[in-house]
Amino acid sequence: MDELVIEAGRIERQYWKDLWRYKELFYFLAWRDLLVRYKQTVIGVAWALIRPLLTMMVFTVVFGKLAKLPSEGSAPYSLLVFAAMLPWQFFATSLTEASNSLISNVNLVSKVYFPRLIIPASSIITSFVDFLISFAILIAIISWYHFWPDWRIVLLPVFVILAMGAAMGTGLWLCALNVEYRDFRYVVPFIVQFGMYVSPVGFSSSVVPQRWRFLYSLNPMVGVIDGFRWALLRGRVKFYWPGLLASIALTVLLCLTGFWYFRKMERTFADVI
Amino acid sequence: MSEYMIQVENLGKRYRLHRVQGARQYVALRDVIAERFNKLFQRVHSESRDVGHFWALRHLSFDIQQGESVAIIGRNGAGKSTLLKLLSRITEPTAGRIRLKGRVASLLEAGTGFHAELTGRENIYLNGAILGMTNSEMDRKFDAIVDFSGVEKFIDTPVKHFSSGMQVRLAFAVAAHLEPEILVVDEVLAVGDAAFQKKCMGKMQDITTEGRTVLFVSHDLAAVEKLCGRAILLDAGSSKADGPTAQTIERYQSSILDCASMDLTTRNDRHGEGLVRFTRIQMIDENGREQNVCLSGKSLRIRLHYQASDTKPLVNCRVSVSVNSWGKVYFLASTELYIDTPLTLAPSGFIDCIVDTLPLSLGTYYLSPYFEMNGITQDWIEAASILQVEDGNFYGTGKDYPKGWEGKTVLVKHRWEVASEKILTRR
Repeated sequence: MDELVIEAGRIERQYWKDLWRYKELFYFLAWRDLLVRYKQTVIGVAWALIRPLLTMMVFTVVFGKLAKLPSEGSAPYSLLVFAAMLPWQFFATSLTEASNSLISNVNLVSKVYFPRLIIPASSIITSFVDFLISFAILIAIISWYHFWPDWRIVLLPVFVILAMGAAMGTGLWLCALNVEYRDFRYVVPFIVQFGMYVSPVGFSSSVVPQRWRFLYSLNPMVGVIDGFRWALLRGRVKFYWPGLLASIALTVLLCLTGFWYFRKMERTFADVI
Repeated sequence: MSEYMIQVENLGKRYRLHRVQGARQYVALRDVIAERFNKLFQRVHSESRDVGHFWALRHLSFDIQQGESVAIIGRNGAGKSTLLKLLSRITEPTAGRIRLKGRVASLLEAGTGFHAELTGRENIYLNGAILGMTNSEMDRKFDAIVDFSGVEKFIDTPVKHFSSGMQVRLAFAVAAHLEPEILVVDEVLAVGDAAFQKKCMGKMQDITTEGRTVLFVSHDLAAVEKLCGRAILLDAGSSKADGPTAQTIERYQSSILDCASMDLTTRNDRHGEGLVRFTRIQMIDENGREQNVCLSGKSLRIRLHYQASDTKPLVNCRVSVSVNSWGKVYFLASTELYIDTPLTLAPSGFIDCIVDTLPLSLGTYYLSPYFEMNGITQDWIEAASILQVEDGNFYGTGKDYPKGWEGKTVLVKHRWEVASEKILTRR
């Protein structure tokens, strides 16, 4: 057994080894949260289905029928919305869960050692499970409309990973900030609400004027949502490639800086939490 | 360079002291922004939120070899839990370093990570994963863990239906089956009933005989003496003694007694609001004379002098005094046991506690008085005064107390009867 030195400010090369050694904890914490969620509620599992379905229905009625926002191409409006709801819900839930994850696991942080990164990461896994359930509904809706996707669906995992990256990066930032500044938890729901209207969930991003398109794409979820629509709806939605690149670049930046900030603050978590 | 398992070099841990922001105990972004904003515009060096620092640990150094079982003892606030947190990598040192040559598993709290909604079985897996066990390890040890905890019948019911004793037994059972090279334990043995405690002690002893290195923090000095060959005494963040357990315990006892012989008015390691303070404790015998040494079995009057900061009479008071030694309380005397009506006392004076037959054997004890008004603690001093007891023939037979037991128990009058001849001779 080689020697481990604990010292102030020492760079932990050990950290990666530890993340691997504690890999089962990722799974266990996610499993615990899911199990608890469904044990406590009557409609537990059903809620994972009902929520995206209801939101989609409301959006279709309000924006599609009442406001008459145009659908893109020949894709049915409800599919357009649902294809965007899916990644958005994933991002929003991941963000909310991740930002509170350290605070709600205060007893773990102050009494046991394991790489703290596991806590927000496992909350993202929990949200991913919800995503998969909603995906099943999507398949049901697709078969209802007989609007089966073509070869482009192969690229869907790319966009899923992009969504995960965006969730992870922002989640890490918020998580660490929330421990240091406790009133941050009031900011998070606001970011999520605001984000939902700014991101092309209820509308297509082609609504945005061309000259602002690039700036608009700096929101990483724009790239994700556009990508989802492109992959699922047979490319009827025209794709804005520079936008995707902007989203990817920003997601990578978010992840790297999020990780850096989290690691920097991690050594003080147990002292301030 | 000897084969050490743990090497602590000049370790220090400093904590910031915060000024409490009104009702909030934590930092709010709102305040930080407001402060920075003010600094920018007013160019006034605004008062820092920090009121200072304090060193929980400072210049601490020691080595622990493989297979040693070492106890860390000391008064509350000496830095024991901070040391364990540093060893467990829960927090980072401010100065110095720790070198570890083995995997550390810490048990700082029983049932960390237990969730009330999950069943016993699910919690075992969860707790094990949190403590660092792999899935396969847990499968292998599952039956042994359940057997040790004694909750086999309830293993598939949600833990919220367990009694607190069962929960703690389950938690300890999981932790007891960790197989780390270094085990760090903080006070968790003080749980469960006598039978379980015996099991835990047994398990701890097994662990030490298996050649694992154990670090044990406890106030139960009897357990410490039984389990550990070596003890380190911490006081105000640094090591005051390091050596064979019996010796270190003696140093510990004598440091408490040194404290206890100090003038009460200069003592500032007391708890409570402070509107009333104890100023002096006198020991008075049955003839009304002050004494330094008391006799077991004889009458003792403990006179607690106190002083309030105000001149109003003190209403709704409760006064008690406990007699301690060896990390344990021997007995507690309290006004609430005898006085029915709310007690009103003069703002300064004394209150006497009379024990008619002192049930303590030969030894050195100390007194910890406690004053409460309207349910709020006013003054509580641990080891305020020494109580030296000599043999005064408590039992009336003139016989000595069993060897090795002096100073370790409370004395209780009792009788013996021998079974009749008939039963004795039956085969």
